[in-house]
Amino acid sequence: MLPGSVVEHYLALSGAIFTLGAMGFLMRRNVLIQLMSIELMLNAVNLLLVSYNRVHAGNMTGQVFAFFVIAVAAAEAAVGLAIVLSYFRIRGTVQSDEADSLRH
Amino acid sequence: MTPGSALFIVSAVLCLAGAVTTVVSRSPVRAAMGLLGTILGIALLFLKLRAEFLSAIQLIVYAGAVVVLFVFVIMLLGTDAGSEPESEARSKIAPPLAGGMFLAFATALFGLLGGAIKTPTAFTVPSPDHGTIEAVGTEMFQNTLVPFELTTALLIVAVVGAIAVGRGRQGQKPNQRVIKNPQDFYVGPVMERDNVSQPEPKESV
Repeated sequence: MLPGSVVEHYLALSGAIFTLGAMGFLMRRNVLIQLMSIELMLNAVNLLLVSYNRVHAGNMTGQVFAFFVIAVAAAEAAVGLAIVLSYFRIRGTVQSDEADSLRH
Repeated sequence: MTPGSALFIVSAVLCLAGAVTTVVSRSPVRAAMGLLGTILGIALLFLKLRAEFLSAIQLIVYAGAVVVLFVFVIMLLGTDAGSEPESEARSKIAPPLAGGMFLAFATALFGLLGGAIKTPTAFTVPSPDHGTIEAVGTEMFQNTLVPFELTTALLIVAVVGAIAVGRGRQGQKPNQRVIKNPQDFYVGPVMERDNVSQPEPKESV
């Protein structure tokens, strides 16, 4: 079984990237790196969608879905980075633990 | 080892190295470069998976737009933003949650590669136009036209929202900088002959 010839190899790689992204999102407190971790998770999901689409020859639904995921990720990155910029102007830091202005 | 397998291994190593760099590196610029590596590796894997249109979109949108956006924001915040050591986590559930995710993934990986699946799902021979712009576009404009049009609405709302959030409050006066010493604007090395701010008091004859 050559590497990359079955879906399970892509499943393992995608799971590894998703787990790294989720751990980065949970463990880091730099908002920029948390946003990058979200991008990692979305990329892992895209890889899985495209690799399972490769199994079903003659069907393009998985790739169209990955296209929509890319569009949503681009919109999310733009809005998220604008929020980070605005937050940095107010608080002077990008640590997510410092964002407690709404705490009672 | 066929060229396709070699491509898979190279891309997988690129993806994993980039993801680890993104998660562990202290400097945000280095993390953005790791994200770029992951994105390039996934674009290569898209090529191997016969998704040439998505590979081009991945390069244009992610490597060309999202990573550049990250780098621009790092530039606006200053490269030192977030480079300082992170404080102790206030959250009590995040580290156990991350550890649990890692354990679950390790278990699944051992099950996956250790023979839990008796018959691996091999790829079939795809149609010749699998993943071309024509095939993806046909599917997109025949069966998913409404989501496609809604995506345009999402993007325009995101652009307007990003501008509205990012430009800050209008109507307040910008900080007036009082120029006391022009040398304050100079950040390079200061030579002896440049020290013109305090001229030597002349000896009065």
